Amino acid sequence: MAEFRVCPDSGFYFHKSAESLMKVNAVVGIVALLVAGLLALGVVLTRWQEVHWLPADTFYMVLTAHGINALIFWIIFFEMAVLHFASSTLLRCRIATPRWAWTGFFLMLIGAIMNNVAVFSGQSSVMMTSYVPMQAEPHFYLGLILFAVGALIQVFVFFGTLVVAQQEKTYEGSVPLVTFGAITAAIIAVFTIASGAIILIPTFLWSIGYVSHIDAEMYRVIWWGMGHSSQQINVAAHVSIWYLVAGVLFGARPMSEKVSRFAFLLYILFLQLASAHHILVDPGISTEWKIFNTSYAMYLAVLASMIHGLTVPGSMEVAQRRKGFTKGLFEWLRKAPWGNPVFSSVFISIVTFGFIGGITGVVMGTEQINLIIHNTIYVPAHFHATVVTGTTLTFMAVTYLLIPVLFRKQIFLPWIAKIQPYVFGGGMTILILFMLGAGTMGVSRRHWDMDFAGAAMAFEYPAIAYTMMAIGAIGGVLAIVGGGMFLVSSVGSLLFGKKLEPSAGILESFAGKPLADSAYNVDKPEVLAMAPQLEEEPHKGFEAPGTFMLAMLLLVTFVVYYFINWKYLASVWPLG
Amino acid sequence: MTSFMPPADKHWWKVPVGRQELIWIAIALVWCIIMFLMMPLWHVYGKQNLSTEAYQTTPAKFGAKVEEMVEKYKVGTESGMPIVAPPVGSDVYMLGRLWQWYPILKLKKNQEYRLHLSSMDWQHGWSLQPDNINLQIVPGYDMVLKITPDKSGEYSVICNEYCGIGHHTMVGKIYVED
Repeated sequence: MAEFRVCPDSGFYFHKSAESLMKVNAVVGIVALLVAGLLALGVVLTRWQEVHWLPADTFYMVLTAHGINALIFWIIFFEMAVLHFASSTLLRCRIATPRWAWTGFFLMLIGAIMNNVAVFSGQSSVMMTSYVPMQAEPHFYLGLILFAVGALIQVFVFFGTLVVAQQEKTYEGSVPLVTFGAITAAIIAVFTIASGAIILIPTFLWSIGYVSHIDAEMYRVIWWGMGHSSQQINVAAHVSIWYLVAGVLFGARPMSEKVSRFAFLLYILFLQLASAHHILVDPGISTEWKIFNTSYAMYLAVLASMIHGLTVPGSMEVAQRRKGFTKGLFEWLRKAPWGNPVFSSVFISIVTFGFIGGITGVVMGTEQINLIIHNTIYVPAHFHATVVTGTTLTFMAVTYLLIPVLFRKQIFLPWIAKIQPYVFGGGMTILILFMLGAGTMGVSRRHWDMDFAGAAMAFEYPAIAYTMMAIGAIGGVLAIVGGGMFLVSSVGSLLFGKKLEPSAGILESFAGKPLADSAYNVDKPEVLAMAPQLEEEPHKGFEAPGTFMLAMLLLVTFVVYYFINWKYLASVWPLG
Repeated sequence: MTSFMPPADKHWWKVPVGRQELIWIAIALVWCIIMFLMMPLWHVYGKQNLSTEAYQTTPAKFGAKVEEMVEKYKVGTESGMPIVAPPVGSDVYMLGRLWQWYPILKLKKNQEYRLHLSSMDWQHGWSLQPDNINLQIVPGYDMVLKITPDKSGEYSVICNEYCGIGHHTMVGKIYVED
């Protein structure tokens, strides 16, 4: 029986089992995003001091659940779908051991539910970081452990699928760049999950009384081997999707396979060192350790991101110029499909990730500058620029791309999808910029009351800090509306979108029978050929001058902002 | 079109890299090296560098040292909390616990002190406002840093590491006198 189908619109091949796995992982991820988004409303409406909605205990519970559902469950479930897509679909091969992949998926699902039950029972409001010796209930840790084991299994199925593709010779030459990026993400995931296991298993044993003591500093160092690295999986995954979208929408080819792959290799080698960012103002950590690790050896992973920052939009520019959009520096960009949510999401993602997420991350990860930023609301501002406008927006883009291709449904109410990236990206950017400002004024993160009600001694923030938090919260509400629009668009398309191919039924479509049998009529996909050779002579000069200008603008912003922060640091109490 | 296809050239690693990318990589690498060098340079020329001095301790041991200092150098109380004015250059102590920073310190401007910080229970965040210096306070570790308050006035220490339901009430004080 034929196990494959080919999508008539995109030419992508889907293996039946892999397709079901992509669907369930993506859909459960989106459910986690829905939960996280609803909880976000509680967070912003409480931190907006004039509204100050939730009581303290509920606030901390909601904040814990928001962090875990957004940063762990949404993103990692969705990443599993991306991995199966980048292996089985892109390499046109069957998925290795779908049974194990399902086992992994169910373990993740059970773990995610168990952890949420622990948090919503109110006895595990320990924040995502669950720093010891503050203790959560045992099933808080156990849920995370099961989730991690499940994720690890799915990652190994991904590696297995690569082997299948190679053995069965389903492609010529080397794996595509997007798959290469996905391999990067998967390798980082293995490191991440190993770090998580090393610290969460003893912590679980401690919570049930089998281990008497967990050193708080050791916990921090190892936990961040998971906590930070898990966000590095995102970077590798969303950069891969940027390349995918550039290829699908513009027919862009990587400016240089060698450069882009080298940049991914730098991620594998250096990105995880950034776990040190969280340890810079801890007791007793040596200066050399901090400088080496916080700078990814010598900012080599930053170098990699700066390379992608040029080559992704650069490849779009080159493709656009070939199509004749050659006027001036930016005609290629003005004539880009701004009404297509796949493009607008990715472009907003590239700009906010680079200009805001990247620059603030490097600044606050500088050994000494961290003194004026650690644990202020600047920190969540930074990672909302990387993980929300960076990763989440990119995952939204790929969802828009996959609804017709993978789910074979037309987008429901396309006008919503069209403006959604602007509402979500715009609202989130407002939130981020004003939280950065408030953080610079010393406003604390993870803090219920900036009035310090009930404290024996008073402290007052300057009025401008309140204004910034309020404007940021308005941006946050706007972003939540944008998130809601995404859910209407994506879930609405699955439920009400026009069918492009006969479905096997809404329930069956998630469990091993994605579409009606008639759709599967390919026994063996054609071997994936190497990309065609470029017909024209390669460009000798600057092939993407507009992108180069944007890159220089990024560099100037970076340099100026970096030194402003050193100047600010120089104004505080001398210490040594 | 080709980011999701195998590279056009079987030996893609031999294809020369375009000029534009080489220039950008060179510029970015130089910037990376400058940023890297800024950190050691600041250790030489800058005045804000966190010490690496720390000792393992226990809440009981650290608490005893704090009490010893309070008894010796207490000069008053405020909101039920002792105000302590230890001699210039001495070892001064501040502890974090649910939910206070103890005691209140009174320091002299432009004088150096050896400040010891630790936690009696959970992790806390020592956040000096409005100067905005932030340190992670970890139970079991006595963190020692030399501080030189260079502006006089009243400073608050807030907690910026989540430490339970009373986290927002954890406010301490440091007075700096001319």
